[in-house]
Amino acid sequence: MLEAYPQNRLARIVLWSFAALVMAFLMLPTLVVVPLSFSASNLLEFPPHAYSLRWYENFFGSATWMAALRTSLTLGTLTALIAVPFALLSCISMNRLGGKTAATIQSVLLTPSITPGILLAIGLFFVLAAQRLVGTLFGVLVGHVVLAVPVACIVLLPALARFDWNQVQAARSLGANWARAIGGIIVPQLQISLLSATLMAFLTSLDESVISIFLASGRNSTMPKLMFLSLRDQIDPTIAAISTLWTVIVVVVVLIVALRQKS
Amino acid sequence: MKSLPITIDSVSRAYGSYVALDDVSLDIQAGEFLTLLGPSGSGKTTLLMALAGFVRPDSGKLLLGDRDITRLAPNKRDIGIVFQNYALFPYMNVLANVAYPLALRKTPRAEARQRALAALARVKLDGLAERNVAALSGGQRQRVALARAIVFEPRVMLMDEPLSALDKNLRETMQYEIRRLHDDLAITTIYVTHDQREALIMSDRIAVMNSGRIQQIDTPQRIYDRPSTRFVAEFMGEANIVAPGSVRRIDGAEASRETLMIRAESFHLDAKLVGEDGVALEGILRAKAFRGENWLLTLALDGGQEVLVCIPAALASGCAKLAAGQRMTAYAPAAKVHAIPGAMA
Repeated sequence: MLEAYPQNRLARIVLWSFAALVMAFLMLPTLVVVPLSFSASNLLEFPPHAYSLRWYENFFGSATWMAALRTSLTLGTLTALIAVPFALLSCISMNRLGGKTAATIQSVLLTPSITPGILLAIGLFFVLAAQRLVGTLFGVLVGHVVLAVPVACIVLLPALARFDWNQVQAARSLGANWARAIGGIIVPQLQISLLSATLMAFLTSLDESVISIFLASGRNSTMPKLMFLSLRDQIDPTIAAISTLWTVIVVVVVLIVALRQKS
Repeated sequence: MKSLPITIDSVSRAYGSYVALDDVSLDIQAGEFLTLLGPSGSGKTTLLMALAGFVRPDSGKLLLGDRDITRLAPNKRDIGIVFQNYALFPYMNVLANVAYPLALRKTPRAEARQRALAALARVKLDGLAERNVAALSGGQRQRVALARAIVFEPRVMLMDEPLSALDKNLRETMQYEIRRLHDDLAITTIYVTHDQREALIMSDRIAVMNSGRIQQIDTPQRIYDRPSTRFVAEFMGEANIVAPGSVRRIDGAEASRETLMIRAESFHLDAKLVGEDGVALEGILRAKAFRGENWLLTLALDGGQEVLVCIPAALASGCAKLAAGQRMTAYAPAAKVHAIPGAMA
């Protein structure tokens, strides 16, 4: 069995080394900020000469950063709460309509994921400016939802394609209206996909910088926007502390989902 | 609860250029067991789904009793449906599946439980209430689906090829059980199948469908013996469509000038078993096959047409001696010779 796998010891060592290199290449740039963030120096230096937690204190003590953190978490949560139900309903309708209609809806919904972010941001800026919504949290939220919907759709579409639609028809015939059929029959069985979609939507918003830079005002700056600005204006290890915390948040969220999928 | 009659009034439905239902009209009496029989693509399932509310007719009306349900939402129709693949809810146990329609109707928990258990007992599934759906056999799932469809006392039952996934023996058992359930509940039932034997065994009346139209609607016996079209004749069993002129009357009277349908098993090899007003077909034996309970002979008539002749083994003592190429005559009684108006042989 498994004849295709390299039997040869040398081949195996080469294969594993290559895999390890790829992993290192992907992970190290992320991890290098961790020691930087514990540096006692005022500059970004690697490796640090002395260690301290002053940059973490600096971050948690800063009203600006705390406001941005709150904004980002709020935006991420709202984005997920709006984008996922919207994506679920869109995917259900695409799944039911089929054919050209579904293909048209799909291409419209997925466009934001292939449009350059800067174009989307400029476009949204003018649309929101006409409504006097530039600089409001709502404006940024609209932008993030537009970006998060295709991400959620990509997770949910294949899950729905595998779903036995007769169950929904059975529920309908047994007396369930649309809301109860979706909430009572589809949602419980797509739990894992919905959780992944929620996470992906949340992270899409958390990670988004271009739209935030264009549309968020000073008061409701998001974390990525503030990080960009602080890199431009003053380079100190606070940004490394924030990056570390950011990475930890993402890893924790991903782990929670991964563990839930396993159980 | 009183079951209701159904009226299907000139219902049509097209998908693009494909006509799934072509001006279908049908009256189903209260408490009747009616089967929609036809090959795949004949429109039988589309018609069932229109009654269920999942397909909206382009034109025409559907009446449940005297209420127009053409545009009524499926959840407001009070129709029990049994699906081909059962469509049980896999994350609920048997009891929860059966009690689901009661929960939707806000039936008090204790009463819902009691009624669900009663429905399970009716389909002989006592004791499996707490079982996981995934742990059930195909036949048991079918019974859960039945229990779930009757527990809320619907006024009509629709069944979409409910037995097609079961093996032959189980299918035959379930045919009798579904029929018994129908008789116990006296509930109007519309049953879809492509299996003509199943339709003959179970139904009060059969509506044979093809190309989106009802070809014939009648009792199983009349559908089998007196098909109104060539399609119905051939779909219902081994039918010989014989051109006028290939047939002579035994008593020498003038034979019918119409196209005739004679079922393979209507033939005898002995003229005395048929009667003077019967018909005779002469030809050359092409092939013979022993099929256990009967012999199947292929007879080439003088006009070149081939006719299948099926002789029960008990009456076929002479069959073993027949040789291919031999000239022979098959006889059929007048009662079993049926003229099909307008059919071309």
